[in-house]
Amino acid sequence: MTADRLIYPHRRFGLDHDWFVHESTFKRGPLVWPEGKRIALWITVPIEFFPLDAPAPPVRPLGGLDRGYPDFWSYSNRDYGTRIGVYRIMRVLDGLGLRASATVNATVATRFPRVIDEITRRNWEIVAGGIDMGHVHHGKLELTAERELIQRTRDTLSRSSGKHVAGWHSPGHSESANTLMLLAENGFEYVTDWANDDVPYMMKTAAGLLCAMPLTYEWSDRVLLVHYNLTVEDYEAQVLQAFERLHAEAERLGSARILSLSISPWILGYPHRIGTLERVLRKISDNGSVWHATGLEIADAFKKQMPRAI
Amino acid sequence: MLTEPGRYDYLPLIDRPIIRWPNGARVAFWVAPNIEFYEIDPPDGQGRPLWPRPYPDVLNYSLRDYGNRAGVWRVMEALERFGIRASVSLNAAICDHMPDIIDECIRLKWELFSHGIYNTRLISGLSEDEVRQMVADSVETIKWHSGQDVVGWLAPAISATETFFDLLPEFGIKYAIDMVPDDQPVPIKVRRGRLISIPYSSEINDIRVMGVRGYPADKWAAMIKACFDQLHREGADNGMVVCMPLHPFVIGQPHRIAALHEVLQHVTSYDGVWFATAREIADWYYEHHYDEVVRFQASAKASGA
Repeated sequence: MTADRLIYPHRRFGLDHDWFVHESTFKRGPLVWPEGKRIALWITVPIEFFPLDAPAPPVRPLGGLDRGYPDFWSYSNRDYGTRIGVYRIMRVLDGLGLRASATVNATVATRFPRVIDEITRRNWEIVAGGIDMGHVHHGKLELTAERELIQRTRDTLSRSSGKHVAGWHSPGHSESANTLMLLAENGFEYVTDWANDDVPYMMKTAAGLLCAMPLTYEWSDRVLLVHYNLTVEDYEAQVLQAFERLHAEAERLGSARILSLSISPWILGYPHRIGTLERVLRKISDNGSVWHATGLEIADAFKKQMPRAI
Repeated sequence: MLTEPGRYDYLPLIDRPIIRWPNGARVAFWVAPNIEFYEIDPPDGQGRPLWPRPYPDVLNYSLRDYGNRAGVWRVMEALERFGIRASVSLNAAICDHMPDIIDECIRLKWELFSHGIYNTRLISGLSEDEVRQMVADSVETIKWHSGQDVVGWLAPAISATETFFDLLPEFGIKYAIDMVPDDQPVPIKVRRGRLISIPYSSEINDIRVMGVRGYPADKWAAMIKACFDQLHREGADNGMVVCMPLHPFVIGQPHRIAALHEVLQHVTSYDGVWFATAREIADWYYEHHYDEVVRFQASAKASGA
């Protein structure tokens, strides 16, 4: 039983898989955003449906219902986000002239099409967020079943929004070993599940290339306010710390950076937190060196500058 | 099964020999970044799950990989700015996978000590010969890539067997940090040779404070400073050790790294601090204190204390 513990089949230069190469974030070529802005502010708003009858894990996404069936209590807390929170967040972003990339569960488009209308009316980007939070992609999912989930998500969201959907975010940042290949195969251009960099990089799959976009996990409202149970004062301080540090590095390296903010309608969309969101966004967007962009705009700007093979 | 480790004697704070650090320093301060490689698909059957999610655990793998792509370079920059050399708890396979990181450690004159091969290859349940094989491999790999003779050990992911301490001196290991019972070095009883424990910390470890408990970085900095200030006061009577364990994937995040600068600013503003590597602390202790402490323990035992 212990014999294979001392055998190391992937001990070699580089990583222990072939999806991308190891390279220091700080030794990459310089990145430039439009008008020489130092920071791309990339706001993602997850718009989610948490089914009451979600199957038992292998993987429970952060925020998944956890009080036992039928968990009306948690369901309705998350549902507050699609009834109230998302519109409150839209008002705040409208007031500041900001657009977001909404990572949308396909089920939201079929159950609550009004949300999709409001997203497209604002020219926000729609990023495919999987079927819903009860359909988590994971290593034990069959290839054909996962392909169907991805195609159904893509078709539902592109039909309801009338647009090509270029970005993908897996529920709970969770993938199988086939997910990246299936995304490339089905026309996706970028993926946001990997939390290992501050800037985009290219991924290689059997079906072609994908751009990995650095959607924050560490300073998402979900981790700070729900998982770690911190206060909004701590949330504000940590997000602003990240912004200040990344901005200073962009100056020093002469290479632009991204500030990713993940804003959940069922977390920051509550009345006791929305004021903090508005204040944080105002402080960041008041800085003259911020480019307000969607995920696709950032990925496109990156790919134009970094045509390097991997 | 053991009821107690049986590796060190009871030596109460109020009744023990006095430790004197070089130049009358009150505390020896050392920094221990854990530079680790977690395999995406490690072998099963190691006694505990290595990842919370089935293969591939993209979220947790990538959060750790962040340390090696981004975080470690921020930690290096901060320590270099304050002129502090670190002692790296190193998964030796980093030498093979990511020599760019090793090259920078060498340039910074950091000490490298063994943290096994991968953080996803535990020693739990291995035979003594298998443990020997892993220790030897790690020591030779680090020597080959860095030229350093490895003298320190922390088992990967703090795994253990009952007897692994006995095997470490066979490979030139002088100190292990797998036990945290004290604020001073402690002789560890082994079958042959000598071994000591150098204070490390689970309590103020960044991964515990910020990664598990979720404290904001300013609260972590306050904990480190409180620990340092207290031991600096106590060190006027008996020299103490302050260890700051780090994980680049935790402290090296942009929303946290300023707190490391704050801590380093604080500790470098004091007199009476010996900024040492773990190897230097071990060498000093062996040369000046080991025999005295062992004799003291033997006579305390003989007198029935």
